[in-house]
Amino acid sequence: MYDAPKVITGIIIFLLLITSPIWYDISTGKASYVPDPKIKTTAKKCIESTAFMRANHMELLNKWRDDVVRGASRTYKAQDGKEYEKSLTNTCMNCHLSKSEFCVKCHDYAGVKQPKCWNCHNEPNLDSTLKD
Amino acid sequence: MGMDRRFFLKIAGWSGLGLNGIVKAVTNDENIATEVPKRLAMVIDMRKCREQKDCKDCMLACHRVHNVPEIKNTKHEIKWIWKEPFENAFPSQNHEYISNQEKSTPSIILCNHCDNPPCVSVCPTQATFRRDKDGIVMMDFHRCIGCRYCMVACPYGSRSFNWEEAKPYIKEINFKFPVRTKGVVEKCNFCAERIAKNQIPACVEACKEKAIIFGDLMDPDSEVRKVLSANDTIRRKPHLHTLPNVYYIM
Repeated sequence: MYDAPKVITGIIIFLLLITSPIWYDISTGKASYVPDPKIKTTAKKCIESTAFMRANHMELLNKWRDDVVRGASRTYKAQDGKEYEKSLTNTCMNCHLSKSEFCVKCHDYAGVKQPKCWNCHNEPNLDSTLKD
Repeated sequence: MGMDRRFFLKIAGWSGLGLNGIVKAVTNDENIATEVPKRLAMVIDMRKCREQKDCKDCMLACHRVHNVPEIKNTKHEIKWIWKEPFENAFPSQNHEYISNQEKSTPSIILCNHCDNPPCVSVCPTQATFRRDKDGIVMMDFHRCIGCRYCMVACPYGSRSFNWEEAKPYIKEINFKFPVRTKGVVEKCNFCAERIAKNQIPACVEACKEKAIIFGDLMDPDSEVRKVLSANDTIRRKPHLHTLPNVYYIM
C-alpha cells in the first residue's frame, strides 16, 4: 500500500469523527438521560392505562379534536366506564399542568415534532403549583 | 332441473316478501336515533338598543369569553359582534328619507349563521361548515389555511383574519377557551361551546335590556318564534338568498 501511515491515520481520524457522539455521551453522560415529565395529581391513573396513553395519546387527542369541533360530541367514555370532557385544557391539563414540564420533555427526548396545540390552546398558568 | 312458470313466480313472490321483511328490520326507524335538527336563531330588538346608546355589554361579554383581541389598527382588528351604521348594515333597506331614529343608532352586527352560507361553499378545506344538528356555521381552526376565500364570500363582513399574534392584545385570557393563532380566520360561533353545556350565548346573557332573543326556530313555542310572529322583522341583505338566522326589529 502506498502512503500506508497517512491512509491508516486518515481512517482512524475518520472513525473517531463518525463515532464522536458515542464518545461524547460516554465522557459527559448528557445524551443518555431519561426524561422526567412532571405531573401533579392525586389520581391513581390517567383516563386510560399508562401504556395505552403512551402509545395512543396522539390518536386520542386528534379524535377528541374532530369529535368536539366537527361532531359536537364532548364526552369521552373511558374503558372503565368513567366519563370525561374531551378537552385538552380542561381535562388533560388538570394533571399534566404544563407543556414545557410534561409534553416537551418526552417529545424532545424522542426527537418527535413538537405539537402546535399551544399556538391556540391555553396551558393553565400554574408554574407556582408545579414547584411545591 | 325442470321448473314451470307457476312455481317460479311463487318462489319469486315469497322471496320478495322475505327480503322486504329483512330490509325493514335492518332499517328499523326505532334503531336510528332521530333527533330533530334545530335551527338556532337570534332576534335583535333595536328599539331596546336605542334606549341605551353607549351600551357595549354584549360585545364586551362575547369578546371576553372568546379571547377576542382588541387591536386598534382597523386593518388588523378582530370582530365577533360589533356596531355598524344602518346604511352599512342594511344597504338594501336604506333610502334617502329614512327615519332619523333608524339612522341615528348603529345596529348590532354578528355572523348571521345563514341557512345557505356562501363562506361554507367556498372553503377549500371545509374548515368552515354548517352543523346539521342546529344550523350553526362553525369554524374548525385546525383546518383553516388562512386563504380568506370565506372573507370574500361573506356579504356581511362577519369574518376577521388574524394578521398578528393575538395574545398580546388580550387583556385577560379566559383559559377555558382557546385563542387563535396568526394566519387563521375567525368569527362568531353562536357560543357553540356554551350551547353544549345548555347555556345561552354570552351576548344574550350579558344584555340587561333583553334586547337579544335566542332560540330554536323549529320549535313553534320558542321565544324567538313568538317574537318573530308578533313583530315586524328584517334581515340583512335578503336579496342575496343567504337566508340569515339573525333577525332585527327596527
